[in-house]
Amino acid sequence: MTGSTTTLTQLDALESEGIHVMREVAGEFERPVLLFSGGKDSIVMLHLARKAFWPAPVPFALMHVDTGHNFPEVIEYRDRVVAEHNLRLVVASVQDAIDDGRVAERADGSRNPLQTVPLLDGITANRFDAVFGGGRRDEEKARAKERVFSLRDEFGQWDPRRQRPELWDLYNGRHKPGEHVRVFPLSNWTELDVWRYIEREQIELPAIYYSHQREVFLRDGMWLAPGGWGGPRANETLEVRTVRYRTVGDMSCTGAVESTAATIPEVIAEVGASRLTERGATRADDRASEAAMEDRKREGYF
Amino acid sequence: MGAAPTILEPTEETQHVTEHATRDLLRLATAGSVDDGKSTLIGRLLYDTKSVLADQLSAVEAATLARGGGEVDLALLTDGLRAEREQGITIDVAYRYFSTATRAFVLADTPGHVQYTRNMVTGASTAELAIVLVDARKGVLEQTRRHATITALLRVPHVVLAVNKMDLVDFDEATFRAIADEFTAYALSLGIPDVTAVPLSALTGDNVVDRSTRTSWYDGPTLLEHLESVPVGRDALSEPFRFPVQVVIRPRTAEHPDYRGYAGRVASGVVSVGDEVTVLPSGKRSTVVGIDTFDGPLTEAHAPQSVTLRLADDVDVARGDVLVPTASTVEVGSDLEGTVCWLAEKRSVLGARLLVRVGTRTVRALLREVNARLDVDTLTVEAWDGVDTLHAVDATDTSSDIPPRALTLNAIGRVKIRLAEPIVLDEYATHRRTGGFLLVDPADGTTLAAGMIGATLLDRLAPTPSAQDDDDWFAGAGI
Repeated sequence: MTGSTTTLTQLDALESEGIHVMREVAGEFERPVLLFSGGKDSIVMLHLARKAFWPAPVPFALMHVDTGHNFPEVIEYRDRVVAEHNLRLVVASVQDAIDDGRVAERADGSRNPLQTVPLLDGITANRFDAVFGGGRRDEEKARAKERVFSLRDEFGQWDPRRQRPELWDLYNGRHKPGEHVRVFPLSNWTELDVWRYIEREQIELPAIYYSHQREVFLRDGMWLAPGGWGGPRANETLEVRTVRYRTVGDMSCTGAVESTAATIPEVIAEVGASRLTERGATRADDRASEAAMEDRKREGYF
Repeated sequence: MGAAPTILEPTEETQHVTEHATRDLLRLATAGSVDDGKSTLIGRLLYDTKSVLADQLSAVEAATLARGGGEVDLALLTDGLRAEREQGITIDVAYRYFSTATRAFVLADTPGHVQYTRNMVTGASTAELAIVLVDARKGVLEQTRRHATITALLRVPHVVLAVNKMDLVDFDEATFRAIADEFTAYALSLGIPDVTAVPLSALTGDNVVDRSTRTSWYDGPTLLEHLESVPVGRDALSEPFRFPVQVVIRPRTAEHPDYRGYAGRVASGVVSVGDEVTVLPSGKRSTVVGIDTFDGPLTEAHAPQSVTLRLADDVDVARGDVLVPTASTVEVGSDLEGTVCWLAEKRSVLGARLLVRVGTRTVRALLREVNARLDVDTLTVEAWDGVDTLHAVDATDTSSDIPPRALTLNAIGRVKIRLAEPIVLDEYATHRRTGGFLLVDPADGTTLAAGMIGATLLDRLAPTPSAQDDDDWFAGAGI
């Protein structure tokens, strides 16, 4: 095998940058953790982590914020990956937080907004000082100004005016006790980049990302799957549709899209021709208001 | 999709695969104020390269209506945080993404007026190309010169002058030529090696992505054609090999009991198996015996690849060390002189204890001297000798007047810093990837300033005899 003397391709450049960010965290922090939802972005992050430290094992734990409304395929995938790569998994449970009275169930049954408290409690209890997230700047307008190293105060809050300028590749991760830094190694990736990388690297994803037959019902223009979380209501009818998921989240607010894309190239073709961004298409919680994401970031959401 | 295709033609899928196999990545920055139509220009680039999706567009349409209607305002596509939407200003660097078949772009969108120095310096630090925007009706203004100055200070190798609003001057050639000539002359005087001027209209789209039918006198590229053709990463490749070590890889597993590798990213240049390298600042020497990656070994690695190097000898190497070619002269020292851009609300204090971050190394330091300051409004340098004692009062004392020679937010000044231990002192003029540093407040971790080691544009503009000669401090830019 030989190196090339030409310019790196875009995917090679993004991969190299992501690996560089992960190694910076390993070099500068005591107790990093990688947020792992079983979604494609967190799966790509884990892939980069395996590359960054090879032949050593990934030197940090994974944390899953578990809403209790999970797709079984995703939990199966999570547990298999953790076992395969000999990783340590920390589960921050929304159900536990509800049982303890730290958060209250919402009238609409959605648990996405309830993830913040168990996430922050999990960070505090484990004294994590760097938290890898799969956020990308192209996802949403509020994220376009996010730093790669994003400082959070002891309440997990993000203050746009306290964020540090990031110059060259010099990331400043210094923080006070009790504070932590969210780190986004995929900052400069787009949704299509993530898919192309998954294709190039032949990375396995949970089956729900690909077209399958599923019982769903229509609510607020989205196809939701029934489950323990509460749907469907009396006036909503179940029907079998050919669908896939573009994101992995809480079942109560993660909608399926009708799709026949059953392979990675088919998904890439579909995403490339898509008329809707992934969050707009399938996340009810982002549509509440135009500034929804900014509000949740201030609260310490991902 | 669905049924198997019966005709063997390139499908959408195969086209995507081909694209991603060869597409490269250009990082660029934009400078200009809202009045110059910068947000509209970026909105136009996103819109015409089909990087705007339907729901984003409909959100902008809704926002346009809420503001009182009119034509869809492309500028709203790039408006980010609520605070700035409410105030109608951009307050921070935002990153935008668009791509064509051959190239992907990461665009640092830097605000035009409020805190423009801090934000422009940030955006320009990683950019290989800067777009400086002017309004064709107004021509080259003081702020245009400021933008060019910061671009030159940060040594962005390629500059595009976007002469916008050509539709408002009837696409007049003479107007464009006068502006282009004036700017190019100014840019050359700052040492900017490559300037391309494009007459365009962000509002109507002329010469942004699509060639205008109204500028028959112009035979240069459209803005996007130029962005697609500029060479990428040449300066990093042409600089000498530098490898700041990030982490030491020691698996201590049954499979790899004795493996010891040094993980990092090639900051500049090229390294091959068999190369003699020196570990700095210790000065110990060894030979590269392996270049490892998860995907298999390489015989050679170049900037900006992330790899793991193995050395022949069991030398002491840790995070913060830099591997350099043995057969080269590299300056190592504990007296740092350079130019800083002050980034924090808290002003500079002489004698303050700081942290200096260079590459992967952080060292304790003392700010000894501020001896010159660049006035970005007049683009003149005020220089003075020795230590200004007034300057050394308590930084937390906000009631007292700011000493006249302190560096405050957005100031650019020349400093002398004493380091607690020696580091590699690569001059920014010839080592853009390793000659930059941060000043960090050890108390709360605030990034106080961004700096460039050695002589910079500030020295070129300074009224001292030594800096007046024609030494080409920009020499490393190349291409």
